Amino acid sequence: MYAYDEIDRTLVNERVSEFRDQVQRRLSGELTEDEFKMLRLQNGVYLQLHAYMFRVAIPYGTLATNQLRALAHVARKYDRGYGHFTTRQNIQFNWIKLSDLPDALADLAEVGIHAMQTSGNNMRNVTSDQWAGVAPGEIEDPRIWSELIRQHTTLHPEFSFLPRKFKIAITASDHDRAAIKVHDIGLRLIKNEKGETGFEVLVGGGLGRTPFIGKTIKHFVHGRDLLSYIEAILRVYNQYGRRDNIYKARIKILVHELGIEKFSREVEEEWQHLRNSSLQIDDEVIEDIRSRFIYPAYEKLPYMPDELRQAAADPEFEAWRKNSVAPHKVQGYSIVTISLKPIGAPPGDATAEQMDALADLADKYSFGEIRVGHEQNLALPHVAKRDLPALWKALDKLGLATPNVNLITDIIACPGLDYCSLANARSIPIAQELTRRFANHELANLIGRLHINISGCINACGHHHVGHIGILGVEKNGEEVYQITIGGRADENAALGNLIGPGVKFDEVADVVEDIVEAYLALRERPEELFVETVKRLGVEPFKERVYATR
Amino acid sequence: MTSPLQQKIKIAGPSIVTANRTWDGIVVYRTADKGWSAELADAAIVRNSDEAKALLAEAVADDVGAIGPYIAPVQLGDDGAIQPGNLREQIRKAGVTIELPAQG
Repeated sequence: MYAYDEIDRTLVNERVSEFRDQVQRRLSGELTEDEFKMLRLQNGVYLQLHAYMFRVAIPYGTLATNQLRALAHVARKYDRGYGHFTTRQNIQFNWIKLSDLPDALADLAEVGIHAMQTSGNNMRNVTSDQWAGVAPGEIEDPRIWSELIRQHTTLHPEFSFLPRKFKIAITASDHDRAAIKVHDIGLRLIKNEKGETGFEVLVGGGLGRTPFIGKTIKHFVHGRDLLSYIEAILRVYNQYGRRDNIYKARIKILVHELGIEKFSREVEEEWQHLRNSSLQIDDEVIEDIRSRFIYPAYEKLPYMPDELRQAAADPEFEAWRKNSVAPHKVQGYSIVTISLKPIGAPPGDATAEQMDALADLADKYSFGEIRVGHEQNLALPHVAKRDLPALWKALDKLGLATPNVNLITDIIACPGLDYCSLANARSIPIAQELTRRFANHELANLIGRLHINISGCINACGHHHVGHIGILGVEKNGEEVYQITIGGRADENAALGNLIGPGVKFDEVADVVEDIVEAYLALRERPEELFVETVKRLGVEPFKERVYATR
Repeated sequence: MTSPLQQKIKIAGPSIVTANRTWDGIVVYRTADKGWSAELADAAIVRNSDEAKALLAEAVADDVGAIGPYIAPVQLGDDGAIQPGNLREQIRKAGVTIELPAQG
C-alpha cells in the first residue's frame, strides 16, 4: 500500500471544498451548465442516459480495505448499492445525484480517494499491472513510477488543457497485464546493460474510432529522466496536437500523421531543453516514494502447506485454484484473482455487500490490500497458500469464486446503451447471453484462453479492437447491429482484430460467437494452440466461411 | 460545442423535448405548461420544426431546471398514448434492460 502524505490529504480535501462550492453555485443558477460542465468533468462527473455518473480513480489499481469499504459506502448511501469497475482501474457509480456528490467526495476523501482527472482533456489515472510488486520475475514495482507520474501530473497546469485526454500505463513484467501498447504512452520497465532502471517508451497507442498499436519511440530512457521525457512528449503534443477536430485530437493521430521518426525528432529536440532541468529525478525522490509503499511482513511458509494438499481432493476447489490462483514472488504465498464475471451478470459490477465482504477477506487473508485489473476483475495480492481453501469457501458464498479468469466468459464489456449517452447499442446483455452459452466450465476450459471484448460504440471503452473476439455495437436503421473482429490482443504481442464480415443483429451475436468457437476447436492443431494463435496461423477466412455459410 | 438551438432542426414526425433534471440527473420531459415532468405521458408534443424549435428554446432557457435538452421522436397510439420513438429513448424511459442487484 502507498501511504499518502499531508500534501496529498490537503489537496484532496481542498478539492472537495472547491467542488462543493461549485455544485452549490450550479444548483442556485449562479453557474450555467456550460460554465459548470468542465468543472464537473474535472471531478469525474458525467451525465449519462438516466442520471449522473461518478468515476472514481483507483491509482495503479491498488486499494486498501478502508478504501474499498468507502466505495461500498458510496454505493449504498448515494447510489443503488453497486459499482462498476472499468478497464482503466476506476470505479463508476451510475445513479448518483449532483446534490449528493460533494458529500460522496468528502466521504471518499477521508480515506484518500478522489475523482480528479478521471475525465476531461488532461492526464488520466496512471494505470499499472494489478500484480505489481508481487509478480515473480518483475523487474521492480512499477507503481513507484506510476506514483511519481501521478504526483507530477496531478493538477499540473500545462497538462490540464491538452488537446484531448491522455492515458499512461506501466508494466514491469514480461507478460503485459496493463495493455501498455494501447495507451497514449506505454512504459515498459527494463534494466540496461549496466543494471540501471529505465523504460522502453511507446507512444501513440489507443483504441476508439481510429485504433493504433503504440510504437516504440525510445528503447531506453533512464529512470531519472522519465519525467523530462514524458514532459517532452506532452509538450510536442500540446503544441501540434489538433484542437479543431475532437476525432483527430489524440496523440495517436499526431504520431500517425507526422510519422514516428519525425515525432521522435521533435520530442528529442524538446527533451534536450528539459533533461538536465529540475525535472531530473533525484534518487532520494524515488527512494522517498519507494519507502511509502508498505509491503507486508511475509512469514516464512512452506511451498506446499498441508491445508492445500488436503483441499486438492475437492475438484471444485482445484478447478478454482488452477484457474484463479497465480504464483507469488514470495514462497508460500499466492495472488488470487477474483472474477467479477459470474455467469449471467454484468461484467465488472460488484455490490456494496460484496465490496464490504471482500474488504473483510482482504484484512483476514491479504494484509488488507486489494487490486483492480483492467480486465474488470479484482485480485488479492498476498494470500498465504494455507489460506486458499478457506478463502475459496468464503468467496464462493459471495458469488465471487467463478473459475473463469481468462476464459471465454471472462468478458470485458463497457456499460453500453443501458447506461451510456454515447453508446449506440447494448453491451451488457450480449455479455450476459454469451456467459450463459459458455457457462459449462469444462467447455470453457476445453476452449482455453479466449478474451471476448464488447463495446457499445466506436469509442471502444470495452476494448473490442484488442479482444481475441471483439464485438462492436453500432446502430443501423434504428436497430442494434454488431460487427465482429477476431485476432486482436492487448498483451505484449498486441494486435488489432480483423473484421470477419457484415454486422449481425442483437439476437444473432451469441450464435455467431458459437460458430467461431466451433470453427476454432475444429481447426486448432493441438489443444494448447490458443484461439488467437489459430487465427494468426489461418487468417480470418475459415472463420468467415463458417459464420456466413448459413447466413 | 454547438448550442442545440444553433443546430438545424428537422423532425420527421411527432416529437418531444427531453433532458435530465439538474439536481439529480433523472430523465425529464418538457411539458406544455413550461415545466418538466418525469412522465413521458406529460410531454408536450410538437409536430413541425417551428414548434420543435420553440419548445427547445424554452427548455434551453431553463438551465437550472434541466440540462442537455434535445428533441426526440415519439410514436402516438390510437388512444393518444405517447411511446418512445427509438431504443435509446425506450431505455431512458423504462430504465436499463438488465436486472439490477437488489438493494440491501
